[in-house]
Amino acid sequence: MAIDVAAVRRSFPILDRELDGHRLVYLDSAASSLTPEPVLDAMDRYYRWSRSNVNRGVYPLAEEATDLYEGARTTLAGFLDADPVGVVFTKNATEACNLLAYGFVRAHLGPDDVLLSTVMEHHANLVPFTQAAAAVGAEVRHVPITPDGLLDLDAAAELLADGRVTFAAFVHVSNVLGTINDVERLTRMVKDANDRAIVHVDGAQAAPHLPVSFRDLGIDSYAITGHKMLGPTGIGALVARPELLERMEPFLTGGDMIRDVTLTGATWNDVPHRFEAGTPMIAEAAGLAAAVGVLEGYGMAAVRSHERDLTAQLLDALGTVAGVTVHGPKDVDLRGGAVSFALDGIHPHDVGAMLGSRGVCVRVGHHCTKPLMRCLDVAATTRASSYVYNDVDDLEPLVDGLEAAAAFFAR
Amino acid sequence: MSMEDLYQEIILDHYRKPKNRAPELADEAVHVHHSNPLCGDEMDLRIRVLDDRLDAVVFDGEGCSISQAAASAMTQAVVGRELKDALDLAEDFRRMMHGDDPARPDDLGDGIAFTGVAKFPVRVKCALLGWMALRDAIETFERGASAHTVTHEE
Repeated sequence: MAIDVAAVRRSFPILDRELDGHRLVYLDSAASSLTPEPVLDAMDRYYRWSRSNVNRGVYPLAEEATDLYEGARTTLAGFLDADPVGVVFTKNATEACNLLAYGFVRAHLGPDDVLLSTVMEHHANLVPFTQAAAAVGAEVRHVPITPDGLLDLDAAAELLADGRVTFAAFVHVSNVLGTINDVERLTRMVKDANDRAIVHVDGAQAAPHLPVSFRDLGIDSYAITGHKMLGPTGIGALVARPELLERMEPFLTGGDMIRDVTLTGATWNDVPHRFEAGTPMIAEAAGLAAAVGVLEGYGMAAVRSHERDLTAQLLDALGTVAGVTVHGPKDVDLRGGAVSFALDGIHPHDVGAMLGSRGVCVRVGHHCTKPLMRCLDVAATTRASSYVYNDVDDLEPLVDGLEAAAAFFAR
Repeated sequence: MSMEDLYQEIILDHYRKPKNRAPELADEAVHVHHSNPLCGDEMDLRIRVLDDRLDAVVFDGEGCSISQAAASAMTQAVVGRELKDALDLAEDFRRMMHGDDPARPDDLGDGIAFTGVAKFPVRVKCALLGWMALRDAIETFERGASAHTVTHEE
């Protein structure tokens, strides 16, 4: 079933908003997606109807709250084809990466280990691991990119050849280049080089846009965030093999994550609860579960197909604007809907200001990928990114705005 | 907010035809390099000092229209001023960018056209880049040094 964009749009109330008389054209979903009615309703219903704390309550409201929260864990696990016992709720994908960096890398790696990363990582999937590597004295190696914006797997093979890489962290879909990395292949390469190696993948830009099977990817852990997949802000998850979680040390300690506590010590609760200290984000979990329901209603294959077609139209539309250079793969089978580009001679801040004045929301800047900006030899880019509520009607205001910027800032 | 709130015609004039833009300056007293890595703005500023006055000020660099135009307007406003007076004017511009009324609107010259930038918080640091480089150049001169590099983080 194809996505019926007109019907989809009706469930996103913010799309009725006008900005200075302009229709809202939201092309910044790679930064954060809009929120549909079922997600708003689920959070509202928790606060109005089931408001109480999770765990240990023996009255009906508390049981409802616990069911909502634990049900969200099962729903998310089903969506990603993972074991619910391996799903740890976090604040966002950044916290999920930090949980792994503190709980595993700092606890188990040492000076003999090597971490594998890439030059296209978001800071969220880079800084926690470079900091952890520095703390334990481990070396970090970085897979470079090809001129097309793909990971250079030949170079990766060389980096893996000595068998010393015991931990790899890389991105599924680049938030700047749009590149969809071949996670299964790179994971096999890492594990063939060292069968003890742990592979972690940043799925923040993939889970909202592609069918994802955690099991089929063959990886050990996967970070996602709710607010990029139609869910609320404030909730993400580390999705991991339960046996990896069993090997990890707690990151945050306190309530709920304990089995027993004495005045001088404590023992830890079972996974995944061991990693969820304190009252969790209950309304947000309910909202995330509702978002998964909305996405499953569309069907992730249909979401991917819609975005693939729209990205092809977006690349064609950008090709009609003089002076536009697109970064990243041109083949829409190899890329998602985040498209970064330069408009010759005009700073992205100026481009973004012109587009913003016309109701067109895009992101400008380094997109939390400073090493990648250096690889591309740019300080910043303009990025348009699409989702289920965008269609070809959103491309004309973008193109018109870019042409207006070119005229306005011509020297 | 409209494009015109931010991009006054005077600002666009300075952007299209910058004043005192040059990659070098004869008999320069101080050269400072300022960058804002978050936006990718880069600014080289050179000053020549004669009898405790700014005899010449030139800038060069890359960045958004606001950063380049503000530097151009700044050079026009400060050339010929005593160092202390130029520092005072830089402080006046900085306060204007934080929403205060300028105490010396006439002395700011075309710099007054940047008043509207205060309504766009993410662009304030762009407008300030040239002025902060000037302040640093004068302070560097007063320390008896001839060069200084500063990276502005958010």
